[in-house]
Amino acid sequence: MAVYELKPTKQPPLSERGAIAWIRHNLLSSPFNILFTILSLWILYIIIPPMVKWFVLDANFVGNSKAECTGDGACWIFIREKFKIFIYGFYPESEQWRANLTMGLGALTVALAVIDRVPRSIKIASILMLPVVAIILLSGGYFGLAYIETNQWGGLLLTLVIAAVGIVLSFPIGILFALGRQSKLPIIKTLSVFYIELIRGVPLITVLFMASVVLPLFFPEGMDFDKLIRALIGITLFQAAYVAENIRGGLQAIPRGQYEASEAMGLTYWKRMRLVILPQAIKVAIPNLVGSFISLFKDTSLVMIIGLFDLLSMVTLTTNDRDWLGLSTEGFVFVAIIYWIFNYLMSRYSKNLEKKLDTNNKD
Amino acid sequence: MPTQEVIQSNNTKDLSEVMIEIDNINKWYGDFHVLKDINLTVGRGEIVVVAGPSGSGKSTLIRCINRLEEYQEGLIKVKGIEVNADVKNLREIRSNVAMVFQHFNLFPHLSIIENLTLAPMWVYGKPKKEAVETAMHYLERVNIAEQAEKFPNQLSGGQQQRVAIARALCKSPDIMLFDEPTSALDPEMIGEVLDVMIGLAKEGKTMVCVTHEMGFARKVADRVIFMDEGQVVEENDPETFFNKPKSDRLKLFLEQILAH
Ligand SMILES: Nc1ncnc2c1ncn2[C@@H]1O[C@H](COP(=O)(O)OP(=O)(O)OP(=O)(O)O)[C@@H](O)[C@H]1O
Ligand SMILES: [Mg+2]
Repeated sequence: MAVYELKPTKQPPLSERGAIAWIRHNLLSSPFNILFTILSLWILYIIIPPMVKWFVLDANFVGNSKAECTGDGACWIFIREKFKIFIYGFYPESEQWRANLTMGLGALTVALAVIDRVPRSIKIASILMLPVVAIILLSGGYFGLAYIETNQWGGLLLTLVIAAVGIVLSFPIGILFALGRQSKLPIIKTLSVFYIELIRGVPLITVLFMASVVLPLFFPEGMDFDKLIRALIGITLFQAAYVAENIRGGLQAIPRGQYEASEAMGLTYWKRMRLVILPQAIKVAIPNLVGSFISLFKDTSLVMIIGLFDLLSMVTLTTNDRDWLGLSTEGFVFVAIIYWIFNYLMSRYSKNLEKKLDTNNKD
Repeated sequence: MPTQEVIQSNNTKDLSEVMIEIDNINKWYGDFHVLKDINLTVGRGEIVVVAGPSGSGKSTLIRCINRLEEYQEGLIKVKGIEVNADVKNLREIRSNVAMVFQHFNLFPHLSIIENLTLAPMWVYGKPKKEAVETAMHYLERVNIAEQAEKFPNQLSGGQQQRVAIARALCKSPDIMLFDEPTSALDPEMIGEVLDVMIGLAKEGKTMVCVTHEMGFARKVADRVIFMDEGQVVEENDPETFFNKPKSDRLKLFLEQILAH
């Protein structure tokens, strides 16, 4: 009989550890891989130095007029001088604290929504409250706040308002269409399918045009129907169709047993949906929902064509200024960075969620 | 504890009081005749076991009793109430009849205790405190009270099925339907679930069980029913059913399930 000592755990050999191992495995593992690594390095060499030059080394930071942009690089003075217009549009300077407060509340709502520990009721309540509070706060006319017409809203503020209202309002409507599409009642089912497929079959531009040109025909003559509200209606109805399709995907992932068990319990249809089916379906659908919200966020720039001044349209507007002609590159780059930050955050959030869902499903 | 009394009141076995009356029902899936002229009466406290080969219509039959499935001909009554499209009837029936499924069908997004309090709170409008008390009582009965705060996927199959039984009991149903409650379980967990079911049977709960657990049938069933191709082929007390099967089909079936 033999008795064996417990062996100590050793580290892997040096060649399998640290940066060198990483480089060997990921960059130099095969001739093709080596070639590809060299090619990539060469492309980076061509792109990076001029970019750094334009963005930083040759860029102009000091001064407050175009004349002081003497270097070959970017004229960031322009962005600094026009910063408020990019963010608030023509929202009066003395009232911009209201815009800041609104955006702060928006950030708070998002924070509440993404923190796990916050009870679901608080999340839902704060999300549904946000559009109402935002509209009241921004437009004013109540509580001693000066009334500010929507055609003075602009820039990032307007983009965020459109995106947030579109996302929040399209959600319940989309859920109704998703449930409608599953309905046993032929009329409701047909109507839902028709609506979803119709909207998904046309570009947002069309829907926006319809909302801004056709909608007013249904209202009494002389009633001036706010342009922003028309855009919001169009965007919401458009987005609802995509939300509906995403939720439907989630619904299809719910096993039949869940429907049956909740039905056998005696719960009514709406309670079954609210308490058992939708919480599970939405959880499954969240990554796709976030994806379509990212699309929406970018698509809000289309409201420009019905005469609203969102973040993107600020580039044209500011560079038309006689003092700042020809600086649209700086404008576009700046705006692109802002879009990218928001969309990147959303996309990271959805990646995290996916990972979490994955691990939840495994155990 | 108030729940104790509720259980007691269900405890009288009285076969002359009809709980379920199935009168000559027929059901089709499209052109497929899945249930053919089924007749069955179940008295208070009676334990009926339904057996038969796969696809014979056992699940379909018991799902007609609480209207998870509709039937096209004949009539089912539960405690004298017709099982039909009438919303009021349906509500009555669903509160009298509870069902336990092969795959447990616990709600994965809710904790065990939330699974149990869902129906009491949202169907019967019980205050949360009372619902939790009742739920804990039944969790203790199925020996799983210490898991109350966990989620279904943290429990073993046998534990999940016991939770599902406790969940079914929470609305104090007069009738329990079981659809192959042990056939998705690992062998070592079947016993713990059957023990709970035997306990319920001895208490006088009216039960209709689709199961191939012949030990269970012998021990507690008042009657065993053999279905094949949508029909009731044979019906007898367990003793006769197992020892003196009459039809060839039942003989064959018994040979097959006793073979392993
Ligand atoms: N929704 C449905 N549509 C069409 N056919 C169905 C449907 N549900 C069941 N069937 C068919 O009806 C027959 C009876 O099914 P049922 O589930 O009642 O059988 P079972 O006796 O419970 O079988 P098992 O032991 O496999 O559970 C089967 O042939 C099945 O394929
Ligand atoms: Mg079955």
